[in-house]
Amino acid sequence: MKLKLHVWRQSGPRSKGDFETYDVEDVSPSMSFLDLLDLVNERILLDGGEPIAFEHDCREGICGSCGMMVNGVAHGPEKLITACQLHMRSFSDGDEIWVEPWRARSFPIMKDLVVDRSAFDRIIEAGGYVSIRTGSAPDANAVPVPKPDADRAFDAAACIGCGACVAACPNASAMLFTAAKVAHLSYLPQGQAERLERAASMITVHDEEGFGNCTNHGACQEVCPKGISVDYISRLNRDVFRATLAGVGVGRD
Amino acid sequence: MRRVMTLYRSSVGKKIMMALSGLILFGFVVGHMLGNLKAFESWDGVGPHPLDTYGQFLREFGYPLIPEYGLLWGVRIALLVAVGVHILAAVQLWSQSRSARPDRYRKEKSQVFSYASRTMRWGGVIVAAFVVYHILHFTTGTVHPDFEYGSVYENLVIGFQNPLVSGFYVLAVGALCLHLYHGLWSVFSTLGVQNPRVDRIRRPLAAVISAGLFVGFAVVPVAVLAGILTLG
Repeated sequence: MKLKLHVWRQSGPRSKGDFETYDVEDVSPSMSFLDLLDLVNERILLDGGEPIAFEHDCREGICGSCGMMVNGVAHGPEKLITACQLHMRSFSDGDEIWVEPWRARSFPIMKDLVVDRSAFDRIIEAGGYVSIRTGSAPDANAVPVPKPDADRAFDAAACIGCGACVAACPNASAMLFTAAKVAHLSYLPQGQAERLERAASMITVHDEEGFGNCTNHGACQEVCPKGISVDYISRLNRDVFRATLAGVGVGRD
Repeated sequence: MRRVMTLYRSSVGKKIMMALSGLILFGFVVGHMLGNLKAFESWDGVGPHPLDTYGQFLREFGYPLIPEYGLLWGVRIALLVAVGVHILAAVQLWSQSRSARPDRYRKEKSQVFSYASRTMRWGGVIVAAFVVYHILHFTTGTVHPDFEYGSVYENLVIGFQNPLVSGFYVLAVGALCLHLYHGLWSVFSTLGVQNPRVDRIRRPLAAVISAGLFVGFAVVPVAVLAGILTLG
């Protein structure tokens, strides 16, 4: 396959970026999208240029490192996969492909396609854990958890923190991420003790980090490589509301 | 009150205020549509039209327990407050979202659920502008060609006999119903209704209600233009 690739190049956080065009030949349909970028980088290096910076680690869709806008869609045109699982067979010979980094104030661009997603870490630090002692791993059936709750908790816990939800959201909101991180604990018995505090403090940090708000567009669910449902956002809203009624602080005084 | 203000500081709190004020306005829209349909009630051509009687009823409701115009102004003030909260929250959320992505994508393919969700903000502005015009048209009569206070039915027929006015009305009502479609099902999410049975039906339900409202509103000017509703 022959492709024309337009890649966003930006040398540093404060420099001005622009698209650079690369004509790529000998692209195999079984290459992944990251393999394609590797191929381009090899040629750039041979020419003595600066390779395209992009994040990657597991290359099997579970680490959440990779992520970029491919033709205007987070993680590219296929559903339920990350950019590393996107294969070139999804494109046809002669296609033009535009590659951009996630764009959000809370995800500053470090270089080319690499963005700083520490804002997610700070949301987790605000309450995405259980701080009480839960002891060592209990026997499988010692703490009964209804099967539907276990399934919902597990579906929410599938979030890999890739940031596609923020990237696709017209409001650059991280509500789906925050909702998933709140929900995977709120469905389980161990998560109940700090349930309301968790929702309140995580939403507070979400807002402080400069993410936008949810207007129920649903773009996040469409691009989420793990298929996390916007219904979790509804649950987060409810927990935040209940936290307020209970007098648990939302926002800082 | 302190808790309400604390909640309002968060984005979720603003959304909840959006949803609650929106629900109040939705209730008004339903009542308004049902009231309009009184234009179709049979009338012998003499004496006040049932629509005029209904207007009279709204003005005098509860008299002498509450003063004349008491209910009318009570509702108007409540609606103004709801509109105020709805717009204030919308503007604040809008500006928060704008600053959340200062640098736009150069290439973007929208992944959002619906056209309705994309047009909430500008659609809302159009609806607000229409409401101002609508009040000047049928409540104060400022922009009405031949307004007579209290003759609701006559004002309605004369007003809608102008096809431009009717056309604008139908378009505006369409914008309102599109706004309501997204708003109605969003209410469930924002207020945290957690019920898989409700989750499944909330979007079809919103579609049916907003389509029903559209028909209920649009049928009046259409009937005037078609000559079904005439001046006695």
